[in-house]
Amino acid sequence: MQLHDVWFVLIAVLWTGYFFLEGFDFGIGVHTKLLARDRREKRVLINTIGPVWDGNEVWLISAAGATFAAFPDWYATLLSGFYLPFLLILVCLIVRGVAFEYRAKRTEEHWQRNWETAIFWTSLLPAVLWGVVFGNIVHGVKIDAHKEYVGSVLDLLNPYAILGGLVTLTLFTFHGAVFASLKTTGEIRGRARRLATVLGLLTLVPTVGFLGWTQADKGDVSSLIAMGVVVVALLAALGANRLGREGWAFSFSGLAIAAAVTMLFLTLFPNVMPSTLNESWNLTVGSASSSPYTLKIITWCAGFATPLVMLYQGWTYWVFRKRIGTQHIAEAH
Amino acid sequence: MELALAPETLARWQFGITTVYHFLFVPLTISLAALVAGLETAWVRTGKQEYLKATKFWGKLFLINIAMGVVTGIVQEFQFGMNWSAYSRFVGDVFGAPLAFEALIAFFFESTFIGLWIFGWDKLPKRIHCFCMWMVSIGTILSAYFILAANSWMQHPVGYKYNAANGRAELTDFWKVLTQDTTLVVVFHTLTAAFLTGAAFMVGIAAFHLMRKKHIKVMRTSLRLGLITLVISGILTAVSGDSLGKVMFKQQPMKMAAAEALWDKEEPAPFSVFAYGDVEKGHNTVAIEIPGLLSFLAHNDFSSPVPGINDVNKAEKQKFGPGDYRPNIPVAYWGFRWMIGFGMSSFAIGLAGLWLTRKKFWLAPGLRTGDEEPPHLALTKNKVLGARLSKWYWSLAFVTLGFPLIANSWGWIFTEMGRQPWAVYGVLRTSDAVSPGVSQGEVLTSMIVFTGLYAILAVVEIKLLVKYIKAGPQELSDSDLNPPTKIGGDSTDADRPMAFSY
Repeated sequence: MQLHDVWFVLIAVLWTGYFFLEGFDFGIGVHTKLLARDRREKRVLINTIGPVWDGNEVWLISAAGATFAAFPDWYATLLSGFYLPFLLILVCLIVRGVAFEYRAKRTEEHWQRNWETAIFWTSLLPAVLWGVVFGNIVHGVKIDAHKEYVGSVLDLLNPYAILGGLVTLTLFTFHGAVFASLKTTGEIRGRARRLATVLGLLTLVPTVGFLGWTQADKGDVSSLIAMGVVVVALLAALGANRLGREGWAFSFSGLAIAAAVTMLFLTLFPNVMPSTLNESWNLTVGSASSSPYTLKIITWCAGFATPLVMLYQGWTYWVFRKRIGTQHIAEAH
Repeated sequence: MELALAPETLARWQFGITTVYHFLFVPLTISLAALVAGLETAWVRTGKQEYLKATKFWGKLFLINIAMGVVTGIVQEFQFGMNWSAYSRFVGDVFGAPLAFEALIAFFFESTFIGLWIFGWDKLPKRIHCFCMWMVSIGTILSAYFILAANSWMQHPVGYKYNAANGRAELTDFWKVLTQDTTLVVVFHTLTAAFLTGAAFMVGIAAFHLMRKKHIKVMRTSLRLGLITLVISGILTAVSGDSLGKVMFKQQPMKMAAAEALWDKEEPAPFSVFAYGDVEKGHNTVAIEIPGLLSFLAHNDFSSPVPGINDVNKAEKQKFGPGDYRPNIPVAYWGFRWMIGFGMSSFAIGLAGLWLTRKKFWLAPGLRTGDEEPPHLALTKNKVLGARLSKWYWSLAFVTLGFPLIANSWGWIFTEMGRQPWAVYGVLRTSDAVSPGVSQGEVLTSMIVFTGLYAILAVVEIKLLVKYIKAGPQELSDSDLNPPTKIGGDSTDADRPMAFSY
């Protein structure tokens, strides 16, 4: 196994971490309209992710930074090629981050309502867009001999990619509902659990469709196994949720996300972005990667930093392990 | 379309706008994180309530700024790939490494511990809570270090070789990138300027409250801390700026010649304080000059020759082939002056403040004020500044609290534009760095979107800052004074409202 293969795996790990973690906080954002019945409940939901969403988002920054360092051509083709989707994602992330921090900083009703609306939309849109982006990466796009994307923005809105967007949206919303039932107490907890059942069933349809399509298109035995894990994990999450085993339900919905990301990366390898114009123009782990020296340097860094990050981020979740209910939210605001 | 709207021009404008905007928050965040951590440490060690009040007050202002710093930073990272894909392909092997280090080491630190700090008041024992703020502070400084190492490599590329086979720069010595003199002096200068920024901010706001005789105890402490930081960082900013200048005279003579609008070699070279008329035409209408000073800035003596713009342009033409290697001279000339002028004005105001509010044996006993009164502003040992003059000082300190921000912005504009036409000095031209596949419409759209969004957010942020500055420090609650002794919080009252919630 060469170093650029290791980095392919590491980048898959970073994306898995990102979708596992920010997956549920995007879901929580959507649930501020879907699950919460009043403003107090909205605040309960927002506060379940309050201490951690910022740390979750760094997984994206690391995934992008690592791609820049390990596969400069992948980074360049992807970001310049998918210009408008990334612009939209960036705008959402900007507004979303500010919305969390600023919402409670003034007490006027319209101020808070505006930021709440912002939280909903800026959680929902990226949840869809990430699926569209990954759908296109896996499916392949028009890349020319100079490694440049030559398609238009409309090419990115193909049925496969849109189905991918639907998968991430439903999956994250389900994951968020499970997280809400795990982190809240009181009446909202029961409602979160009931909603999770509905959402879990809703998630199954596009997920099986999208992954089945992927499997039929580019799959092999290993991706079929990963797909099997996704389906079994989703069913297990649904079952655990029915039984009220919220910790297990969350672990399984997270496993489903991890297995889905794994499957996509398995079908992608050894390409990082296939070209639909000519197979020899595919960006591969070999052709898009950095020099062995750079890969060695950043491998040391990642080998040292990633476990440490998991350790102290894990500690954060432990510090804030208590459930939150409406009674924990102060009156003012 | 016209050249003025070429994708390269738009991409440069976008980079300039997003970077300068991002850098309004960065220096404030770096310095306030450390100052807040210092104040919290003082509280943990002494138990004095005014330290806790100050920690919470400055902490809130810090949080309002870091929220913006973080979200605008994401744009910076993605922008390289979106607008400068040719650049990314060419330098990713070198430039990507410090960026990845920043994300994996510094940024995770910062954002994880900040969550712990914001929500951890009733979940963490006070020592651990304070420790979290130090972690945030270390994170911000490390972050600055890695990103400045990457930028310094663009100013002065080292530790790489050009690989003709795949047409890109490849890293050969990462340690050199992290420790070359450019990196070290740039980090030194940027960090000292960051502390100058936070200190001027703190002094200005403390002066505002002291003038109105409000929140005196907390603001006296803050004023003192701010003034001392301002003076020390001011001196160090000048020292580091001087070292940086000397490095730049060696590495980028064109930038420094442009900074002086020095067209032809002079020996000894004077420093132009202020040029009247069109600097594009050269030195002929200069109003004020200090003889020999430029020679000193470049070489540490007052007589050595300093090459001018025309000399360097000729030399670069010989080295890199035909072309025009002059940056925008007026921007470089005035940018350099605004940077020094605004930065040093703040330092001077701080120095005056430190003298005017001095205590102990420097001041007659009758003039010393207690903790509950604003300090006297005393000119000599026995003479207080008149009420009107005192008010002027407080007002001056308040209205100039943003001076270092202006200095920082011009500093970056000077640094980045003074390097043109190069994206990587001597290696990659800016015109060869833009994304070839991105259309004019796309860059224009994103520029309008970002600029519009940033303008709205600027209004929001300033309104919030004003609100929280005016409100001043809050009274402490019971839970503030009785922090938990166990990690995760005490279980005495499970239904107690959280100490902080969104």
